[in-house]
Amino acid sequence: MSNLLEVKNLKKHFPIKKGAIFPKQVGAVKAVDGVSFHVRKGETLGLVGESGCGKSTTGRAILNLIQPSEGEVIYKGEDISHYKGEKLRKLRQDIQIIFQDPYASLNPRMTVEQIIAEPMRAFGTPKKEREEKIDYLLDVVGLSSYHKHRYPHEFSGGQRQRIGIARALTLDPELIICDEPVSALDVSIQAQVINLMEDLQKEFDLTFIFIAHDLSVVHHISDRVAVMYLGEIVEVGEVEELYANPKHPYTQALLSAIPEADPHLKRDRMVLEGDLPSPSNPPAGCKFHTRCPFAEEICRTEHPELKDVSTGDHQAACHLVKEVVGSNG
Amino acid sequence: MEQEPILQVENLHTHFFTKSGVVKAVDGVSFDIKPGETLGIVGESGSGKSITAMSIMRLIKDPPGKIVDGRVLFKGENLLEKSKKEMRSIRGNQISMVFQDPMTSLNPVFTVEKQMVETIQTHRKVSKKEAIDRAVELLDLVGIPSARSRLKSYPHEFSGGMRQRVMIALALSCDPEVLIADEPTTALDVTIQAQILELLERLQKELGMAIVMITHDLGVVAEVCDRVMVMYAGKPVEFSEVTELFDHPKHPYTWGLMSSIPQIKNRQDRLEAISGLPPDLRDLPQGCSFAPRCKHAMDKCHEVDPAFREHIPAHHVRCLLYEEKEEVTT
Ligand SMILES: Nc1ncnc2c1ncn2[C@@H]1O[C@H](COP(=O)(O)OP(=O)(O)OP(=O)(O)O)[C@@H](O)[C@H]1O
Ligand code: SF4
Ligand SMILES: [Mg+2]
Repeated sequence: MSNLLEVKNLKKHFPIKKGAIFPKQVGAVKAVDGVSFHVRKGETLGLVGESGCGKSTTGRAILNLIQPSEGEVIYKGEDISHYKGEKLRKLRQDIQIIFQDPYASLNPRMTVEQIIAEPMRAFGTPKKEREEKIDYLLDVVGLSSYHKHRYPHEFSGGQRQRIGIARALTLDPELIICDEPVSALDVSIQAQVINLMEDLQKEFDLTFIFIAHDLSVVHHISDRVAVMYLGEIVEVGEVEELYANPKHPYTQALLSAIPEADPHLKRDRMVLEGDLPSPSNPPAGCKFHTRCPFAEEICRTEHPELKDVSTGDHQAACHLVKEVVGSNG
Repeated sequence: MEQEPILQVENLHTHFFTKSGVVKAVDGVSFDIKPGETLGIVGESGSGKSITAMSIMRLIKDPPGKIVDGRVLFKGENLLEKSKKEMRSIRGNQISMVFQDPMTSLNPVFTVEKQMVETIQTHRKVSKKEAIDRAVELLDLVGIPSARSRLKSYPHEFSGGMRQRVMIALALSCDPEVLIADEPTTALDVTIQAQILELLERLQKELGMAIVMITHDLGVVAEVCDRVMVMYAGKPVEFSEVTELFDHPKHPYTWGLMSSIPQIKNRQDRLEAISGLPPDLRDLPQGCSFAPRCKHAMDKCHEVDPAFREHIPAHHVRCLLYEEKEEVTT
């Protein structure tokens, strides 16, 4: 399978400015700090990590919704990171994004019908086609055509998320960056939407970057998974291998924190202490060392790079994990 | 002897009178909760979990909402008969709520100190200094480091997990006997969720309050709840002790929920989703509300609305599969 998208050393640093009249840059929030990965055509790459780890910023920087500070975003062989104007507009038909918080992007004065029609209107889809598509998409995301004339505030949190998904599907995109698309959905509808996304993926050869915090959902839908922490990828690999054999302590903690639907289970949970450090002042060395139960001296001083950690497609960035040579990943 | 429930909800009906019809958001909810117990309310979005909670707190905006029937007994007294003034003193004091959306209870333009002091002084006759000390104690209790200096911060200066801790601290300011937590961890990442669930469990042990845990996550239910009520379309469909529910689920909707969850240990090729969608609450189907989506529906399911019955000791189910033929009544 060829790479549809390749991200190379992507960085997004948001300047922190002080002073009202002559603002001066006093620092930077390193939201994305040197991220590299590839996405093969037709696959789903899961991107997981705690809030603020930079997964959404990565998604937005790919689409140039925010201008990357550094790095390349190669889509179908072309660096799109500096696209502007008409080229960017065209690109945004190809690459769509489903947002995390649909309420913020749903205009409270527009009906559901108007909200879903909006992107099609912008790209000149004829009225009749628009109307058919609205009915189809409402059905597809688990709403009914009787919802068309209602306003966002009349829906519960989960129902609103579905409206956002319907809107993203309107322009038949090739790559969809899904930023927490099902996390607000209740499980029965979540299962339908996941099934639907998998169906649509097969049928239309769609490629997904699936950003989520629900590790069970990511496990189910992804072919490969990248785990992010403080703007970096700490582990990436083929999904079954990564879940069965997590190498990075952060991945291990994430996996052990999942609440499982089994009241008999009594587990030794690895509860991480503390909060995510500030991305404007990340810890030196391994950025995870302040919360890592295994940290040693070298972790406080030297930054670990991603290295092959099994003979499969599996890399991790941890000093304490042995490098495996002869990998084909 | 069985402990007396601290809170009893009986046949609660909360409807919204909108231009397009009457939304039966809560339509016959009954449950009870005992001191120190954690009761889960689980169900899909729009099933009426939040409206149930807001009805108990008497926070339903009228119009368009109205509690049209039922009783909410707190220590035997019906909260639905209390005056607005009496409710204000009960709310946040004896019964407290942590909201689904943190920003509905935290005001972004005031410091955490101002908000906590105000809440504490609403319910307790204490000086500002005493209120601040109490606020520090509470932030300490919920695990916010350097609490005294963090008091001066604004809500947006906290991370999501820390903000949720602040909300919990705020809700706990007057030692409530019942804490209603509406999806308190839904917006949080798993490692932070694990911390908050652990925090709630610890606080409950230390303070002995009853917790109503509203969630859509069966994993959270399995982990923290003693008993669980499953809701569908404004009605309870199953109610039992937690291990009983997971070991012997009885309602077809509960079966559907359980098979919809992606499992890591045993990756399904395809998830077994419940087909269809929840009904329009303004126009509920005749008979069982779940019938249009139910794989086990029989003819009579489209005619008779099943009663919520204790078909097995301590296990309530609303389903005709368990009704004796002659017992079927509406
Ligand atoms: N102001 C209102 N006007 C009309 N209908 C309303 C109003 N508020 C809520 N509803 C409806 O009441 C029903 C129950 O809503 P509620 O918020 O209790 O659901 P929930 O179970 O908490 O869902 P979620 O999991 O999405 O939070 C929904 O169908 C909702 O659309
Ligand atoms: S009453 Fe009938 S339709 Fe309703 S849940 Fe039971 S079997 Fe299904
Ligand atoms: Mg709710």
